[in-house]
Amino acid sequence: MKVDVVRLEVPALPEYLALARMVVAGTARIDPLLDDERVDDLRLIVSEACTNAIEAMRDRASSNDADGPDADGTDRDRAVAMRVECRLGASRVEVVVEDRGNGFDPEALDALPSVTDPSRLTVERGLGLPLIRTLSDEYDITSGSTGTRVWAALYAAAAAPPPDAL
Amino acid sequence: MIELGLELSERDGWSVLAVSGEVDVATAPRLRERLVGLVGEGRTRIVVDLEKVDFIDSTGLGVLVGALKRVRTNDGDLALVCTGPRILKVFEITGLTKVFAIHRSVDEATAAA
Repeated sequence: MKVDVVRLEVPALPEYLALARMVVAGTARIDPLLDDERVDDLRLIVSEACTNAIEAMRDRASSNDADGPDADGTDRDRAVAMRVECRLGASRVEVVVEDRGNGFDPEALDALPSVTDPSRLTVERGLGLPLIRTLSDEYDITSGSTGTRVWAALYAAAAAPPPDAL
Repeated sequence: MIELGLELSERDGWSVLAVSGEVDVATAPRLRERLVGLVGEGRTRIVVDLEKVDFIDSTGLGVLVGALKRVRTNDGDLALVCTGPRILKVFEITGLTKVFAIHRSVDEATAAA
């Protein structure tokens, strides 16, 4: 089965996020499996996954670096890459985002109060993974002390995910 | 640097901040800084106009949630203007349509309060 793969490796810094979105959305448009709305969903999934990677690397840099981060919160000397991969298959588009940050516990997000709970207003993070879950047809997140890998797949309208999907 | 447009105007006692471009982890700090600045100046009735925003992710949403919290603790209010289905969808999925007053125009937003 045909699978075209596009790989991008960029510094895990905020200014590269728009480029990552652009590359994945552009790749998805090469083969018109997904309509514009689904390409927008994919763009958002990539943005959320890469933002997690950027923040993970930022946290790692600030915990490892005695000099501390630069004034803008980043540390260019120690900027490490994040890897973004887009795979065009016969019936689906997959995206993979990997970092080598300190990882996180995806389960911990379930403990956050609901967005309609007034106390939720004190939490400005934690909206990203729910977006990935909702917008993808299938997703998988593995995270550990050596990094995080987010995989998500969007299927062409005519092709449903297999019945044994997550 | 990635462009984020921030244009401020006044309307019937409201500070109207028109945002344009893409709001993500690269540009959201500028939006946050501007909103924090407004509240710091005592301008706590704010309309954030998202009509010219092409893209917003959870980092941008987080800034808006933070601003809402900040104006409310200062007895103010924050309303949004948004009609684009792409942007509205992000608010709907995250449940934030229940948190924010979202209007179809600046006129509607400033008249509602």
